[in-house]
Amino acid sequence: MSCWVIAIASRRLKRKRFAADPELELSIVSRALDSRTAVMVCLVAWVVPGAGHLWLGRLSKGCIFFVALSAMFSIGLMLEGELFSIEPSQPLVALAALADLGIGVPYFIAQMFGFGVGRVVATTYEYGNSFLIVSGLLNMLVVLDVFDLALGRK
Amino acid sequence: MILFSGFVSLIFGVLMRDDPIEQCRTGAAIFAGFVLVGILFTWLMYPFPL
Repeated sequence: MSCWVIAIASRRLKRKRFAADPELELSIVSRALDSRTAVMVCLVAWVVPGAGHLWLGRLSKGCIFFVALSAMFSIGLMLEGELFSIEPSQPLVALAALADLGIGVPYFIAQMFGFGVGRVVATTYEYGNSFLIVSGLLNMLVVLDVFDLALGRK
Repeated sequence: MILFSGFVSLIFGVLMRDDPIEQCRTGAAIFAGFVLVGILFTWLMYPFPL
């Protein structure tokens, strides 16, 4: 929902600013952001999967990432995967927890509502874990892509 | 496996390319690779006991 709000707001703002000069729009879109704004965009991209691309005007990419990553995360929860917590005494669990945290706010929302407890004896437990971990890691890749876009490297 | 491969190849295809046709091609190639390698590994593990 928030992705659509950001997308619509940014489009309206662009239309208002660049109605008189379409070439100005192109030059603004391709110009790199300053580093502080780039970090903000990356933070938003981490918090909500796909929101960073929406902020930068890449609507189709942002929507695809939002839908796909959210679906992957949801399937992982439905398959009774576990959302790990960071335990320093167990390094592998800590790594899995870091990967899970890559998805952003959905991790905390799921934990708040009691999802992601995980049932070890379930036949789909490991599949669920795979979906949850990989969705987090893919969101990290998406954040890196947003960083490159924000700095004008792409 | 198919579902997992589909999601991963979709994300990678969209990340790696900007043109929609190129995104589809890249995603399809990655998907095919995932499925083929998965089937290959399944057969390689077939002789080993549970």
